[in-house]
Amino acid sequence: MRCNVLLVGVGGQGVLLAARVIGECAMRQGHQVVMSEVHGMAQRGGSVSAIVRFGDEVLSPLIPQGGADLIIAFEPVEMYRSLAYAQANSRIVCDTSCVVPMSVTSGDAKYPETEELIGAVRKAGLSILAFDATALAKQAGNSMSGNSVLLGAVAESGALPLSKESLLATLVDIVPKKYREMNTRAFELGIEAARKVR
Amino acid sequence: MLGNEAIAQACLEAGVSVASTYPGTPSSEIGAVLEARKHETGLHFEISTNEKVALEVAAAAAVSGLRSLVFFKHVGLNVASDPFVSLGYNGVRAGMVVLTADDPSLHSSQNEQDSRYYARLALLPMLEPSTPAEAHSMLIQAYELSEKLEVPVVVRTSTRVNHARGIVKVGAVKLAKLKGSFEKNPSRFVLVPANARRERLQQLDRMKIASSMAEESPFNFISGEGKMGVIASGVAYTYVREHLKNVRVLKLGFSYPVPERMIERFISKLETVIVAEELTPILELEVMRLAKKVNPGLKVIGKLSGYLPFAFEYSPDALRGLKGVVETDLPEGKVEVGEVNLPPRPPVLCAGCPHRATFYAVRKALGKRKAVFSTDIGCYTLGVNPPMSMADYLLCMGSSVGAASGFSQSIDDKVIAYIGDSTLFHSGIPGIVNAVFNDHRFLLVILDNGTTAMTGHQPTPGTGRSDKITCKCIDIEAMVRGCGVENVHTVDPYDIKGTMAVFSQVLDSDELAIVISRRVCPLANKKKGASKPLTFEVKREKCVGCKTCIVQFTCPALAFDGDKVKILAEACSGCGCCAQVCPKHAIEVMQ
Repeated sequence: MRCNVLLVGVGGQGVLLAARVIGECAMRQGHQVVMSEVHGMAQRGGSVSAIVRFGDEVLSPLIPQGGADLIIAFEPVEMYRSLAYAQANSRIVCDTSCVVPMSVTSGDAKYPETEELIGAVRKAGLSILAFDATALAKQAGNSMSGNSVLLGAVAESGALPLSKESLLATLVDIVPKKYREMNTRAFELGIEAARKVR
Repeated sequence: MLGNEAIAQACLEAGVSVASTYPGTPSSEIGAVLEARKHETGLHFEISTNEKVALEVAAAAAVSGLRSLVFFKHVGLNVASDPFVSLGYNGVRAGMVVLTADDPSLHSSQNEQDSRYYARLALLPMLEPSTPAEAHSMLIQAYELSEKLEVPVVVRTSTRVNHARGIVKVGAVKLAKLKGSFEKNPSRFVLVPANARRERLQQLDRMKIASSMAEESPFNFISGEGKMGVIASGVAYTYVREHLKNVRVLKLGFSYPVPERMIERFISKLETVIVAEELTPILELEVMRLAKKVNPGLKVIGKLSGYLPFAFEYSPDALRGLKGVVETDLPEGKVEVGEVNLPPRPPVLCAGCPHRATFYAVRKALGKRKAVFSTDIGCYTLGVNPPMSMADYLLCMGSSVGAASGFSQSIDDKVIAYIGDSTLFHSGIPGIVNAVFNDHRFLLVILDNGTTAMTGHQPTPGTGRSDKITCKCIDIEAMVRGCGVENVHTVDPYDIKGTMAVFSQVLDSDELAIVISRRVCPLANKKKGASKPLTFEVKREKCVGCKTCIVQFTCPALAFDGDKVKILAEACSGCGCCAQVCPKHAIEVMQ
């Protein structure tokens, strides 16, 4: 068994932390784990991605195009950008809340309709779980906990061979103590959202 | 564990006494871990002013009998190359590792040079890990190797090792030896020509011993079965191992000196061999050379035959070029989704970044005058993007000042150079001295945000070390005056009007001028737990939706709702610059 997870989003959204939770959780379940992330200049508000691979035998830190089993997208445009890595059986979990880039605010580029992006994904026959995770994160106490909401939805969707309990336990261990309660709340809101959307 | 954490861990396990660096992606986290954990072993860790100094510090520790580590990004080795090459002559006594972090694909760099050439230039052995776990075990072994050969060992990592995470089996950390002793031996350690000639011959002899060590090294091994042979190094090995099927793979971890006998044995009965290595076809050429002797009919498949790319990092997808040559398990076929024009999302200056305010003030003060902007390495390089367009020329760390001298000599336009505080201490100072000495006239703007922001907010000589050990902070203004510059001003870029006035004045003058634009990086402030000073809001009745703030000032905390501007409260740092920029005074402090 091998599981390839691609996480995409924007610098500052907590993409790397979510990747760590999945990787750490898989390791605790006895899997081999390899991850890869990008730091430095790319983090200044630019597109950010991370990869988590786990299973019986994994070595490469990257995945080939068409090689993602699960794409966790923190932002619709970044989701669409990542589709080269999807294959017919890929699962996608996507926050529908947009982070509008400066190129759009200043009028140089246009931000596409979120519905159009998600509709195109559905039309291509891909399984996508799309909901406003940022709104739920605010409900949990802070929009920065969107990563925990998405993790909750991923856990509920069954897209990963990792239990809800073990993902939540790892999340709680990794986030700073003072944010534990809020992130737990966010995780649970993610579970609920995944149930509703289905 | 992150590759860089694994490297730091190995350094603590090897009982390293002195570690030095200058921060640079993708190597920076090694320093963050060493800083946090140095008390566990008593290790001395320092951020040196630049890589050359860092290497000299580590070299002197190692000749004094203390194990040392110096690490930096690939271009850092360029800065350190002068002492590095000489160190290949007179060597060390205790183990020393020079760790370079290459950045194929230029994720965070100005070039993607291949550091393997440096091992060949300085005649020093090189190890190349493929994974974080291997980086850990190689670093520990590198110290044994270094002590046997009495020369530093170069460990070459790359982004996908430094910033990969994997499972690493760690050992116990070892207390560092706090003091060594320097046994004098001028005929070895003082490289005057007569001594250096002797050392040169010894260096060549040492490489013969290193060659036989490479032949026996457990880091060079064969795995898998198949008719097709593959020779791979670095992270490329992981892609080969996972995605090429029915291949016998020779992995080279101790890659210089090249284990010639081992390669000869491996290729002697093959019809075809694939060579998988990132960047330059170094191994490929070695294989061709050796094949001439043992298997002249061997078909060598790699970069030179056009199957694999020269440029950028490898990935599993790079191996698609081998289709028809070898069986792969790479997924075929794509998911067909419609083409949508997606807005680009390049990195931008953060909300509240003082550099943006400085650039804005310069742009306004300059008006219609033509100017050439000589920029440098740091967050402010992002000023290259419109509408600021504050970067016309960049080579490397510290190049802004020297290049400004050259421009001011060569063209009539105004010449404006930008350099950050950390980069100034790194390699900007000689450029200032040169400008004074040779009477070059330009404006140098020192963007002093009190930190090395881009690489993760390391301290600078201007801020002092966070642990406050007998540290004196260096006063930039006094320093540049000491270099002989007389026209020196210090401004707060958050005071846009005041800053513009100073720029207007110095741009009118025809002498070398320095403006120190000083305001601490808001990200660094946030990390320290500082709260937002003020909260601003857009008065909707005053905002006319002209978007001056968005189009000219481009702060990412500003958004347009189709009619008026709004401030994204969570992104806003409360700097208040937009309020000064707004022509209608529609942005006010929230009461």
